[in-house]
Amino acid sequence: MLHFILRRLLLLIPVIVGLTIIMFAIARLLPGDPVALAAGPNATQAEIAALAVEYGLDQPIWVQYGHYVSGLVHGDLGTSLLTRRPVAADIKAYLPATLELVFAAMFIAVAVGIPLGLVTAVWRNRWPDYLAQVGAIGAISMPRFFLGLLLQLCFAMWLMWLPLGGRLPIVVIPPRFVTGFLTIDSLIAGNWNAFFMSLRHLALPAIAMSLSPLATIMRMMRASTIEVMQQDYVMTARALGLPSRKIITKYVARNAVSATLTVIGLYFGWLLGGTVLVETVFDWPGLGLYATKAIVSQDMMPVIGVALVIGLLFVFANLVIDLLYGVINPKVRYS
Amino acid sequence: MTAPLLSIRDLHLRMSSFDGRAHVLNGINLTVNRGEIWGLVGESGCGKSLTGLSVSRLQPTPPAHYTAGEILLEGQDLLKLSPSQMQRLRGKRIGMIFQDPTTNLNPAFRIGEQLVDVALAAADRDPEVIGCAPNAGRRECRQAARKLAGEMLTRVGIPNALARLDDYPHQFSGGMRQRVLIAMALIGRPDLLIADEPTTALDVSVQAQILELIKNSVKDFDMGVVLITHNLGVVAQTCSHVAVMYAGNIVESGPVAAVIGNPVHPYTRALMSAIPTRETRRGELRGLAGSVPNLITPPPGCRFAPRCQFAQPACTTAMPAPVSVGDNHAAACIRVNEMEALVDD
Repeated sequence: MLHFILRRLLLLIPVIVGLTIIMFAIARLLPGDPVALAAGPNATQAEIAALAVEYGLDQPIWVQYGHYVSGLVHGDLGTSLLTRRPVAADIKAYLPATLELVFAAMFIAVAVGIPLGLVTAVWRNRWPDYLAQVGAIGAISMPRFFLGLLLQLCFAMWLMWLPLGGRLPIVVIPPRFVTGFLTIDSLIAGNWNAFFMSLRHLALPAIAMSLSPLATIMRMMRASTIEVMQQDYVMTARALGLPSRKIITKYVARNAVSATLTVIGLYFGWLLGGTVLVETVFDWPGLGLYATKAIVSQDMMPVIGVALVIGLLFVFANLVIDLLYGVINPKVRYS
Repeated sequence: MTAPLLSIRDLHLRMSSFDGRAHVLNGINLTVNRGEIWGLVGESGCGKSLTGLSVSRLQPTPPAHYTAGEILLEGQDLLKLSPSQMQRLRGKRIGMIFQDPTTNLNPAFRIGEQLVDVALAAADRDPEVIGCAPNAGRRECRQAARKLAGEMLTRVGIPNALARLDDYPHQFSGGMRQRVLIAMALIGRPDLLIADEPTTALDVSVQAQILELIKNSVKDFDMGVVLITHNLGVVAQTCSHVAVMYAGNIVESGPVAAVIGNPVHPYTRALMSAIPTRETRRGELRGLAGSVPNLITPPPGCRFAPRCQFAQPACTTAMPAPVSVGDNHAAACIRVNEMEALVDD
């Protein structure tokens, strides 16, 4: 088990090397002059050159890469040309908001998608199943930002149940930074008001993000449940008098979930990299917004940093999924 | 006289398919008493597994449709029970073992847990199964069930049973898995055991052990067994009685010694002569000409007539009724009494 985890963590090294090389190459190949952009429209040639020297951008690219990697070892992700702050500090500030959103969305998707898939498989080809399948197609095909706008229109503008955007109302003092998750931090601080406020703010963007993974998880779960229900051991369980409800919720569910796990892992990474539209619509101060601003101003250090962090999180998410396989299916337990 | 353990009377089963309706069980009659092991033999598709599944009512309806007949378990007609009443009988009164031990255990659960769940489901109907007081808590019951599971594993010949309760199915060999499945089928103390080709997937030496185990269990638990197989050798070795099926009919039935020693139905005779013996020359295998009829459009009269070397015009007019040819030994052929003379010719 430990051996397996270590081996998988070693795999991170080629991932990091590959990501940084690709990002550096792209940064060099892109047209335009980020230094001139950062120095402003009125800067003289001398000022631009001085800024380039300050950030080491006058040196050959492999020297820059060498500097970057040696900084990386110390947890230094470089400095943003635009904010003039260390990228690592920026990411630390913005990442929790994105993670909180992604975790909330995945939680909704799994908590609703898995039981729904099980239920529609049992009731397959009857009206609740048809209804769920039509809904799923709709949820998968609808763009997330559009769904976000619809939700805002419905729940924030017309019904006025939930706020339009942001993480907390300005009048609420945010809890002390511990995890960066406002929900968890306010619980740690024992601040119930802030907790409910942050939940209310989280609801709409999380729902907007969750619908497409929810629909995919539900359909995967439905398909694998139908397959598992035809297995011999289900027949044996029925032949030996186990109640149908127990067969479905215990014996079938565990076997069917293991096929669905893969999608959950992939979706986690996909959501991490794809928060920007939802963050824009809901004015959510996360990594997606930060990266977009950096890309627009050709500020490459934050872009590389964000790509790295998301890449690492993706690898971790899939490592967790692989370990979960072992929990669910003893046959693939890692030795 | 009390009702027999299992009595199938004139059971007709029709199957709907894209090509039409197939009459797959065509008047099955079978009576099984406690202590008897009935072998149900026949070619693939003759309806032997379907008969077994019908007793447990595990054949989904539709596509299956019971058009006539009854299946009596100590006088109670199983075909008239609701699904939930039927579910309460399974495991407790009727146990089942299937063919492939590698696919019939759930790979994701420890075998102890699977055994305990079956025992608890049976105890739900009769607390005596696990010997647990009716007002006992869930924990106590689980512990009692686990103890019983260990005893059952020991009983079916699994060494170090208590430790192996916490193993997963893939940690057992094929023969051991079939033993686990037998323990699972017997843990609810069923009166009737239906074993559907329990040894087909096992190699010959393990096969003999498993058959021996089933034989001994009949004595220990005072139950009746329906053993479905296509192997006459298995029948001769294990069963007390045998019913030979052909295309949805039982063509000959009776005590093993009588049916195998003195087969009277032409189909049984053909099956027997197809078994290679020491006298059979290398490369020579005697088969039975022709193939099983299409059950959507079955041949008129006796379904075996088109392949029968003794068939007469009269054979194709009406379905032959079983004719008694000895003590409990019957064959469904209109020429049974001439058979001896015919064979001598």
